[in-house]
Amino acid sequence: MKKHLLYVVPVIVFVAIAAFLAVGLTRDPQKLPSALLDKPVPAFSLPPLAGRAGDAPVDTLGLSDEDLGKGEVTLVNVFASWCVPCRVEHPLITELAEEGVTVHGINYKDAPADAVGWLERLGDPYARIGADENGRAGIEWGVYGVPETFIVDQKGTIVFKQVGPIQERDLEETIRPILEHLRS
Amino acid sequence: MIRVLVLIGALLACTGAWAAVSPDEMLKDPALEERARALGQELRCLVCQNQSIDDSDADLARDLRHVVRERLLDGATDEEVKDYLVDRYGAFVLLRPPVQPSTWMLWAGPAIIFLLGATAVHFYVRRRPTREPAAPLSEDERARLEAFVQRRGDTGTAAEH
Repeated sequence: MKKHLLYVVPVIVFVAIAAFLAVGLTRDPQKLPSALLDKPVPAFSLPPLAGRAGDAPVDTLGLSDEDLGKGEVTLVNVFASWCVPCRVEHPLITELAEEGVTVHGINYKDAPADAVGWLERLGDPYARIGADENGRAGIEWGVYGVPETFIVDQKGTIVFKQVGPIQERDLEETIRPILEHLRS
Repeated sequence: MIRVLVLIGALLACTGAWAAVSPDEMLKDPALEERARALGQELRCLVCQNQSIDDSDADLARDLRHVVRERLLDGATDEEVKDYLVDRYGAFVLLRPPVQPSTWMLWAGPAIIFLLGATAVHFYVRRRPTREPAAPLSEDERARLEAFVQRRGDTGTAAEH
């Protein structure tokens, strides 16, 4: 009887190691859990993007923590003209904005002229854009890899963060469901 | 040979400790700069992830070094500087993982594995049948052995294999 138990030990060890690896190897080590999840948006205040073309006066305004929350679900997208993956997600950000989602931009460590040119070429889906030329607001937001996208709920709490470009799948599987859930 | 050794020594001297901190970032107060450097070595560059912000040339690392120095100039303690970054980037920013529920396994793992191994060895050693001292040969056996050895000696063939 005791001998039989001994045979089970390697099986248990195998299962334990397999379980650890199954979890550990499928996680992307580049993706860090955000320390800011479920916390209010950090205090920050950014000037508007200089030279940005806008049809409404609100477009000339920058972005600060005061603009977030206020009873509205918002998407905050950290982008830069030098950031290649930002181009990839740009059409999807635009799609969300066209659906009526308020999308604000933080233009991270960018030359304003470059950013303006980028937006003129690709389109400008953002309600407000804060120009974070030295990246300090980015640090407040815990940004480490552009693009990053945050969903801020009606009370100004960060409920979701995505590091890296938003893809069609993220839109369908996470972002839209979260937005719908927040609105209902 | 000596030249090779000198070369190797010189190369070794160049590696390692030379941080990415450029002179214009340094604080004027050497004591504060020293603290900033010590802190920089404890903080992870989140872009390169396995380098400290002190070692990394990444933009973000430079910005974080700047933040560390700013905080120190404002009179923050080392702990306050670390907490400031942990609040924004999570405990992952610390190269030395803190003891908290998500790292218990990490800290306890070696001890647990050691204990498991020690237990296994303990039981293995105990289960091994203790050998009883060999019973002495009986008279009959002794005689047969004697006869056997005698015969081998007579024919002169070594019984060495």
